[in-house]
Amino acid sequence: MKYTATVIALAVAAVLALMGAALGRDDLFRAHSGILFFILTAAAFFLLNRAPLSVPTDAGAIPFRGAGESSPAYIDGPIRYGVIATLFWGIVGFLVGIVIAAQLAWPDLNIEPYLNFGRLRPLHTSAVVFAFGGNALICTSFWVVQRTSRQKLFGGDLAWFVFWGYQLFIVLAATGYVIGVTQSREYAEPEWYVDLLLTIVWVAYLVVFLGTIMTRRESHIYVANWFYLSFIVTVAMLHVVNNLAVPVSFMGSKSYSAFAGVQDALTQWWYGHNAVGFFLTAGFLGMMYYFMPKQAGRPVYSYRLSIVHFWSLIFLYIWAGPHHLHYTALPDWAQTLGMVFSIMLWMPSWGGMINGLMTLSGAWDKVRTDPLIRMMVMALAFYGMSTFEGPMMSIKSINSLSHYTDWTIGHVHSGALGWVGMISFAAVYFLVPKLWARTQLYSLRMVNWHFWLATLGIVVYASVMWVSGITQGLMWREYDEQGFLVYSFAETVAAMHPYYALRVLGGGLYFLGALIMAYNIYQTIRGRVRDERPLVSLAPQPAE
Amino acid sequence: MDNDKKNIDEISGVETTGHVWDGIQELNNPLPRWWLWTFYGCIVFAIGYAIYYPSIPLINEATKGVSGYSSRAEVAAELQAASDANSDLVAQLASIDVADIAQNEALQRFAIAGGASAFKVYCSQCHGSGAQGFVGYPNLNDDAWIWGGAVDQIYSTIAHGIRYDQDEDTRLSEMPAFGRDGILSAAEIRDLANYVRSLSGQDHDAASVAAATPLFADNCAACHGEAGEGNQDLGAPNLSDAVWLYGSDTDAIASQIQNPSHGVMPAWLDRLGDVTVKKLSVYVHSLGGGE
Repeated sequence: MKYTATVIALAVAAVLALMGAALGRDDLFRAHSGILFFILTAAAFFLLNRAPLSVPTDAGAIPFRGAGESSPAYIDGPIRYGVIATLFWGIVGFLVGIVIAAQLAWPDLNIEPYLNFGRLRPLHTSAVVFAFGGNALICTSFWVVQRTSRQKLFGGDLAWFVFWGYQLFIVLAATGYVIGVTQSREYAEPEWYVDLLLTIVWVAYLVVFLGTIMTRRESHIYVANWFYLSFIVTVAMLHVVNNLAVPVSFMGSKSYSAFAGVQDALTQWWYGHNAVGFFLTAGFLGMMYYFMPKQAGRPVYSYRLSIVHFWSLIFLYIWAGPHHLHYTALPDWAQTLGMVFSIMLWMPSWGGMINGLMTLSGAWDKVRTDPLIRMMVMALAFYGMSTFEGPMMSIKSINSLSHYTDWTIGHVHSGALGWVGMISFAAVYFLVPKLWARTQLYSLRMVNWHFWLATLGIVVYASVMWVSGITQGLMWREYDEQGFLVYSFAETVAAMHPYYALRVLGGGLYFLGALIMAYNIYQTIRGRVRDERPLVSLAPQPAE
Repeated sequence: MDNDKKNIDEISGVETTGHVWDGIQELNNPLPRWWLWTFYGCIVFAIGYAIYYPSIPLINEATKGVSGYSSRAEVAAELQAASDANSDLVAQLASIDVADIAQNEALQRFAIAGGASAFKVYCSQCHGSGAQGFVGYPNLNDDAWIWGGAVDQIYSTIAHGIRYDQDEDTRLSEMPAFGRDGILSAAEIRDLANYVRSLSGQDHDAASVAAATPLFADNCAACHGEAGEGNQDLGAPNLSDAVWLYGSDTDAIASQIQNPSHGVMPAWLDRLGDVTVKKLSVYVHSLGGGE
């Protein structure tokens, strides 16, 4: 039986989880252990039932796992699963985003206690950043590191452990938020035991990735791998330090942070800012550096620029976190450094945009003919816009207006929906036909629809958040000529209502695009090709 | 051109680095000039800013920068400037009796502006941004006053609160729970609710009103008055007007007789100080219903 060891390990873990469910010190820990028990038991039974799996029923189809690799030189099973997980969690995350956007516009939609805004908001952020973005990064990094190293993934089935371990982390984090397990650190809400699971999975990820690079058959390491590696290493460091905590009990769901007061705040924002810097910027730059030149069929614009902007980016980013704590108890010197490092970060960030866009020199016509290139160009445009906006918002006098307002939310979403989302969609569209050995996507016209719906959604979202954020900031600081406050807080909330309703519309357009994508990918995997007119006729049409 | 050693990309005519990964090559373009000079410019700005402002942590404290800037000092200076700008008016408010503020027009305008601002921060959560109130939280725009609508009465209410047990001078009234404590039967309470509705000319059941007339005289009139006109000294609301704190339908009135809700308002004098409470009193008085 192929999975003996795995089934035994799952069974042992399930027994431990059952003990946790029985002996836990608090209700939440018992409930969470119970959830874990059911997941592990179901996984063990699932593997038992499909044990003799070596014979694919349809010889032409490529199964997710086992004999029919799309290329015998590489391990692509976890990548196929990863692509589907990326899409699945993306749709979950976007949907929860629409729900919480609607809750802000219409507070009656808060359903106590499990589905109120406070619990769904971390569900949304974790689902899009870690589940959607994380799966996109893991699966593309597995693809890229194998192809650019001409080497199979190091560690064999360890890649499967990374994939399933990461999904378990996501499910435990998400169920924890809904039942009320949280350590209340933004983007690091999971409690200590889920953090430990992620640490183990992440170290395994590092071993797979670094092992593949170290056994590579190319003499040089490709630039995309520098970015992926910096993302993996730095996220490991950020995760471990920010989550240093003492559990109240090893059978309990609560822990206390190792940090207190302003040190705690600074640690949290060192983590939070670099989660943006290394997860959402460096990691996705790695993605861009492979898929852009591949799809465009052109060389990367400048090797020197990639070196200089890589090292300047990773050196400068790590110090910029204090700009999240302007005008707080954080000492002035730290605020100054947070601001100036953010400003110096502008050009290193733009280096990636220049290198990506200029890679198209000699192939600019593809923006017209190839919707994947169009998506990547739009991703880089939003990347460039947000990485200009970020340093600008870190300037203290601008931050005094923008901080705590929806401007920040708009900024984050132009980066997340525009940059992270668009580049991931393009990578998935690129990968799926190759992973399942299809000649082409089901429909390029649907990719084009996805592109326009997503773009329109982002534009609506970002612009209404600019308007509402600046309105909010101006109303909060509005004083009359005698120095008295003009608006009550509730009045500023009421003024936001139309923008919040429009935001739901923007998110809805983006979500609709993702649904079209899911259908397109599903049909592509099934091997269908849509009967449609070509997206662009390359030859000029005669006049009739 | 030594093409044996150099790999030239045909489209751009630029040399490549010679590496190929999965078909991907890299051009050997120089750093864009504008990019490099903007990057240098940002670094120069950063260094200049860090010299001007506090930036380098040392053993006991950080460098103060050429400017000697401190965000705490800055906010202290702004607060001082705001306080200095109004110091005359604040001093006048501190020394004047709240009832006399209306005689000084400039002082009254200042008090209303300041009161409106304080109201948004401390009062709007319960009474609403427009002081319109909610069920259980009185509307402050009308002329119905449970504890009196003269400016000094309003001052006293705000200063000491209502049923606020941490203040000895708080406004205190406790209507008995006639139903819960078994003083009146459910049928009697029903009749009384109809009677109360009749006082303000609302639809009511005539038989119930007749039955409840002696009940009202015996149980209610002592505080609410023979005609239900209320008594501000006791905090007994007027029952003959159209203003209802907990609702005017028969059920709401019956519920209030059965087991009354007793709202609580905190005492604000210790928290906000005499001047702010004076401003609030003048502001609330100015809303339209002040007596």
